[in-house]
Amino acid sequence: MFNRDRWREILEVLTSNVWRTIFTAFGVCWGIFILIVLLAAGKGLENGIKQDFGDTATNTMFMWTRATTKAYEGLPQGRGFNFKISDVQAIRDNVPNLRFISPRNQLGGFGGNNNVVKGIRTGAFNVYGDYPEIINQDPMAVTSGRFINYNDIDEKRKVAVIGLGVKNDLYEKDEEVLGSYIKIQGVNFMVIGTYKKNNSGGGEEGQKEIFVPFTAFSQAFNQGENVGWMAITANDGSSISQLKDKIIDEMKKRHKVHPEDNRAIGYFDLYEQYNRVESLFGALKAVAYIVGIMVLLSGIIGVSNIMLIVVKERTKEIGIRRALGEQPWSIKKQILMESIFLTIISGMVGIIFGSLVIYGINSLLDSVGPVDMFMSPSVSVGVVTGALIILMVSGLLAGFIPAQSAIRVRPIEALRTE
Amino acid sequence: MIEIKDLHKSYKMGSNSLHVLKGINFKVEEGELVAIMGSSGSGKSTLLNILGMLDGADSGEYTLDNVPIKNLSETKAAQYRNKFLGFIFQSFNLINYKSALENVALPLYYQKVPRKERQEKAMKYLDRVGLKPWAAHLPSELSGGQKQRVAIARAMAAEPKVLLADEPTGALDSKTSYEVMDLIQKINDDGNTILVVTHEEDIAHMCKRIVHLKDGVIVEDKKIEQVRAEQYV
Repeated sequence: MFNRDRWREILEVLTSNVWRTIFTAFGVCWGIFILIVLLAAGKGLENGIKQDFGDTATNTMFMWTRATTKAYEGLPQGRGFNFKISDVQAIRDNVPNLRFISPRNQLGGFGGNNNVVKGIRTGAFNVYGDYPEIINQDPMAVTSGRFINYNDIDEKRKVAVIGLGVKNDLYEKDEEVLGSYIKIQGVNFMVIGTYKKNNSGGGEEGQKEIFVPFTAFSQAFNQGENVGWMAITANDGSSISQLKDKIIDEMKKRHKVHPEDNRAIGYFDLYEQYNRVESLFGALKAVAYIVGIMVLLSGIIGVSNIMLIVVKERTKEIGIRRALGEQPWSIKKQILMESIFLTIISGMVGIIFGSLVIYGINSLLDSVGPVDMFMSPSVSVGVVTGALIILMVSGLLAGFIPAQSAIRVRPIEALRTE
Repeated sequence: MIEIKDLHKSYKMGSNSLHVLKGINFKVEEGELVAIMGSSGSGKSTLLNILGMLDGADSGEYTLDNVPIKNLSETKAAQYRNKFLGFIFQSFNLINYKSALENVALPLYYQKVPRKERQEKAMKYLDRVGLKPWAAHLPSELSGGQKQRVAIARAMAAEPKVLLADEPTGALDSKTSYEVMDLIQKINDDGNTILVVTHEEDIAHMCKRIVHLKDGVIVEDKKIEQVRAEQYV
C-alpha cells in the first residue's frame, strides 16, 4: 500500500495525459459536488423549518377540556367541565417522567376585541395567566426587565410581561415601558418586562402576547380554581406521545368522564407534528443522496472508461511486466489503486468546491439577512466521511472491470501488439 | 538444463487449425549458447514462447532445471518466469517511463527485494553492460544498442537459469548487432545458458550450436566453431 515505487508509478501514469485525467476527474468531482450541495441545501431547509419551531420544547402536548359526549356515573352527556389547579399536582403525582406541567388561562385570541388600554391607545392581544416555567416550554428572550417569578405567583402581583409587538402598538417610540401601567379588561397591571420570541411560527402574533402571573389572572378575571388548558413537557428520555394516554386517563378519572369518551378532553401533540417534519427531512435527505449518487455514478463510469483505455494503451507494458514475472494480482492491484486514487483525489476536490460554495452561500445569507425557510446550509463531518467512503467504494468498482481486463490479456498477446 | 520431449503445438485459425510444432525433441545443457534458426513460419518463435512459459504446449513434456513445466496457473507461471528465465526481445520492450536503472531493477522488484539492495544490484548489472553513466536516462534518450544492453542487464538482474533472446539483433545495424552479440558471448563465458532465436546466419555462427527448424520439426542440430564477435567491434 505505502510502496514508494507503486505510488510513483501511479502518479506517472495519471500525469502522462494530464488533460484526460482532469476531464475524467471532473465527472467524479461534479458528482460529489452535487451530492454535498444537495445535502447542504436540504440541511439549510431543515434548519429554516426547525427554526419555526424555535426553541419550543417539542416533546410537549397541549390539553384542554370540551363537553362530555357520554353519560357517566349519573352525570349527563353534554356536560361542560374545567381542569382545576389541583389537577396539576395530581398529574405530577401519578404520571412519571414529566418535566413541566404548566396550567394556563387565556384572554382574547385570534380576531378578538380590543381588551388592553394604555392611555389613549388600545389593542387586542392574547393575555395569558402563566407560571414561570412557561418560558422553558415556549421560549422567549426577555429584552428588558424580567419575567414572571414565584413571588409574583405567591403574592398574586398584578404585573405583566409584554411582547415587542404590544410595546410597538401601545407605546411611543422612546417611551419608558418598565413601571408603566396597562389596563387589561379594566384591571391595571404594571409592566415589568418585555420579550421577543425567536420562532417565526407565531410571526407577528407571537410578539403580541402579554404574560401575567397565573394567580393574579385567576383573581382579576374571576377564574377561581379553573385552568383553561395545560402545556405538558416530558423528560428528554421519554416521549410525550406515549405518556399522553396516561395523563388523559387520569384527568377522565378526576372529572368523572366516561373512560371511553374520547372527545371530552382535547389535545394537540406537538411531538407528533415534529416527528412528521423530521421524517419529511429524512425523505429529503434520501432524495439528495439518490440524486447525488446517480450523478456520481456517471462520473465513476467515466473513470472506469478511462481506466479501460489506460489498460488498453498499456497492454504491451503489462505484457512485459508479466514476462518479467509480475504476479497477475499485483497488476490488478496497480490498476485498482490508480482508479481509487483518481476517484478520491477528484472527490476531495469536489468536496472542497462544495464546501466553498456552501461557505459562500452562508456569508451571502449573513449579509442579506435571514431568508424565509432557509438557514445556514451545512454538511457534517459524518456526511463528508460518508462521501469519502462512497468514493473509495466507487473507485474500487470503477477499477474492477479494467483491472480484470488487464490480467485477462495473456503476456504473449500483449507482447505481440506493436 | 532444458529438456523437451515430443512437443506439439497448433493454433486454431477459424475452422482450420495450423500445426506449428510437430514433435520437437531437444535438450540444452548448462552453459550452452544455442541459436535457433529458421525462416518465418518455421515455428521458432512459438518454441521460444513455450520455453518462456508465455504459451502452453498442446502435448509433450518440458522440464526446466528438473522442474516439470505443465498446467501452470498464471501466478505460478509468473513466479517461474521471474525465477528461471530472463527475456531479451527484438523490440527491447523497455518500459518507457522508467529510467534505465528502474527498468533493470524491475524483476527484482517483483521478487520483493528491498529497494536499496535492488538498486545496488541493478547498478551492478548496468555497469556490467557498460551503461552505468546512463542509469538515470529514460529509454527514449538511449540508442538502439544501448536499449538492448539495458534489456540484457534487466534479463540478468534476477540471475535466471536461462536467458531467452528473441531476435536480439533484429532491430539493430550490424555494428551494434556485433556489440550486443559480444556482450551475450561474454555472459555465456561466465557460464550462463542462453538461447538465441535468429534468422541471421552470422549471428547464429556466433553461438556454439545451431538448431535448424523447418515447418515445425528440427531438421538439423549441430555444434559449431564459435565466431567471436569481438573482432568485428
